[in-house]
Amino acid sequence: MTAHGPIVKSHSAAADRVFNLVTGGAAWLVLILLGATAASMAWGGRLAFETFGFGFITSTDWDAVGGKFGALVPIYGTIVTSIVALVIAVPVSLGIALFLTDIAPRWIRGPIGIAVELLAAIPSIIYGMWGLFIFAPFMAAHVDPWLNGTLGPLPLIGPIFTGPPIGIGMLTAGIVLGIMIIPFIAAVARDVFNAVPPPLKESAVALGSTRWEVLSRVTLPYARSAIIGAIFLGLGRALGETMAVTFVLGNAHDLSISLLMPSNSIAAAIANEFTEADAELYRSSLIALAFLLFVVTFIVLSAAKLLLLRINRAHGRTS
Amino acid sequence: MKAMIFAAASAALFVSACGGGQTSNQAGGNAGASGAEITGAGSTFVYPVLSAWASDYQKQSGAKVNYQSIGSGGGISQVKAGTVDFGASDQPLSSEELAQSNLAQFPIVIGGIVPVINVTGVEAGKLRLTGPLLADIFAGKVKKWDDPAIVTINPGVKLPSAPIAVVHRSDGSGTTFNFTHYLSQVSPSWKAGPGEGKTVSWPAGVGGKGNEGVAAYVKQLPNSIGYVEYAYVLQNGMNYASLQNSAGNFVLPSAETFSNAAATADWGKAQDFNLVMTNAPGANAYPMTASVFILMPTSAKDPSRSKAALDFFRYVLNSGQEQAKKLDYVPLPAELVKQIEAYIGPRIK
Repeated sequence: MTAHGPIVKSHSAAADRVFNLVTGGAAWLVLILLGATAASMAWGGRLAFETFGFGFITSTDWDAVGGKFGALVPIYGTIVTSIVALVIAVPVSLGIALFLTDIAPRWIRGPIGIAVELLAAIPSIIYGMWGLFIFAPFMAAHVDPWLNGTLGPLPLIGPIFTGPPIGIGMLTAGIVLGIMIIPFIAAVARDVFNAVPPPLKESAVALGSTRWEVLSRVTLPYARSAIIGAIFLGLGRALGETMAVTFVLGNAHDLSISLLMPSNSIAAAIANEFTEADAELYRSSLIALAFLLFVVTFIVLSAAKLLLLRINRAHGRTS
Repeated sequence: MKAMIFAAASAALFVSACGGGQTSNQAGGNAGASGAEITGAGSTFVYPVLSAWASDYQKQSGAKVNYQSIGSGGGISQVKAGTVDFGASDQPLSSEELAQSNLAQFPIVIGGIVPVINVTGVEAGKLRLTGPLLADIFAGKVKKWDDPAIVTINPGVKLPSAPIAVVHRSDGSGTTFNFTHYLSQVSPSWKAGPGEGKTVSWPAGVGGKGNEGVAAYVKQLPNSIGYVEYAYVLQNGMNYASLQNSAGNFVLPSAETFSNAAATADWGKAQDFNLVMTNAPGANAYPMTASVFILMPTSAKDPSRSKAALDFFRYVLNSGQEQAKKLDYVPLPAELVKQIEAYIGPRIK
């Protein structure tokens, strides 16, 4: 038996080394791919960056005939639709998560939780078709005229809600995006709320707090940075969404303050125009757009990861 | 580039899947006739009729045509690179560009672009539009349906006092090229403004992806106007307007008016068939008539493949035009077919 020991040990050491190499290689491959993707997009977009310089980001031109390209309209459309999406998705998602963790009777938690998760399984093209054929006509017939009539005449915010009632535009796209990202935010938020140590909540209840006080003074503050992380995850998804947006956004290179006006987003512009972009500068401009989107989503998702990491550490200390 | 390759690959998969089905269908009657394989890429507009021709041709000759509908721009660059035997484009190339890349070009089928509308109370074909007026509507200068410019040429048509919702293509397209080419010819201000191209800087409206996207938007948006290929008008039962041609007559889109345009277009003078048929001179010619062009190398790396492709197109020009009619395309006039045959004989080897 003693003679046998070292052989087994060295064998397992060699296996360990191979195992480390293989798994490490797989992990590094992801990093290398990420870097290579960023580099190749920056390289592909260099002609656009060289030609237009910083003006590429600030110009509203998008004229394939004249060879003038600027990314401001798609950047603006991407950001505005994502903000609208967050305004809708964040309260709803937090409501779902709080209901599921603290309020709902136990038997109903499973079915609703699964239903929310199933929302995430719907392909984005389905959201797009639903948006175009069902939701956009509804917006055109009911919501847009109401906004024009009631919010339109108001000072300051009036222009934001004034526009042709066609049901296609940044507001519709933002709402569809909001519905799409609800499951992502809600799922993370539910897990985070579940992770709040019960003794904290029980102590608050023991001190005579109402249910609302427990939520607002204990659960939410405890989970704050993780919730922000979850929101950023949803934002990352909203920024890059293509098909659902391109159906209902209107794909027009117009800069407008009104949420009812059509606009364009980075991902939609690329999907729409890449196949027929046969001029060198045109194609380069689209790749440059992709690079900008990559940079923005990379920053957003990194911030999300950092915030989620912080809560995990804090949670580690308390328990 | 990646997206293009992906599109090409998926199109190839799709085509080969269809081709596969075809082979099994004919296996009983024509087993073992493997024949040549012809590859092509380009225009999405011609894809439905080209695949119908390809399956008919395969039954008859055993040769398999593999067509990737990746868009005209992609077709041009692939045939230039020599990766396919032929390319198909909705926009003709100039003689200089053809000579530079050693390509020859000829039209293969005709279609029309139709202004489609969704205005309550206006019957199909009853609304009349002129070219300059169409340009002003798409430029956002004529904003309402009861604008005097529209009302004066439409006596008796009840037009609503509603803003016009303009719908254009959001993707690059040969349809847009032919449409904006026409607008540039009839409207100096359009020519100076957005100009012509497969995609232009649209002054107004919303963009739909593909003919189907524009058709869907127009059907849904009240008081809208858009432009789609003729086949989409028929298939979707859409409302459309008549258009004033260069002879001053208001003509409706139909196979007949399209072929009138093709017949009166001066193909004989156009070198390498470099002619866009919009605004054709005939008295009963439809002004937004367009054709699809086939591009082939004048001296292919593998002449046998080029010959196989030419055999296919000769078959199409002679026996395939009936099939085109069934799919709502318009056959080429007989005179033009003769000119094409005289053209390809000495040029493509």
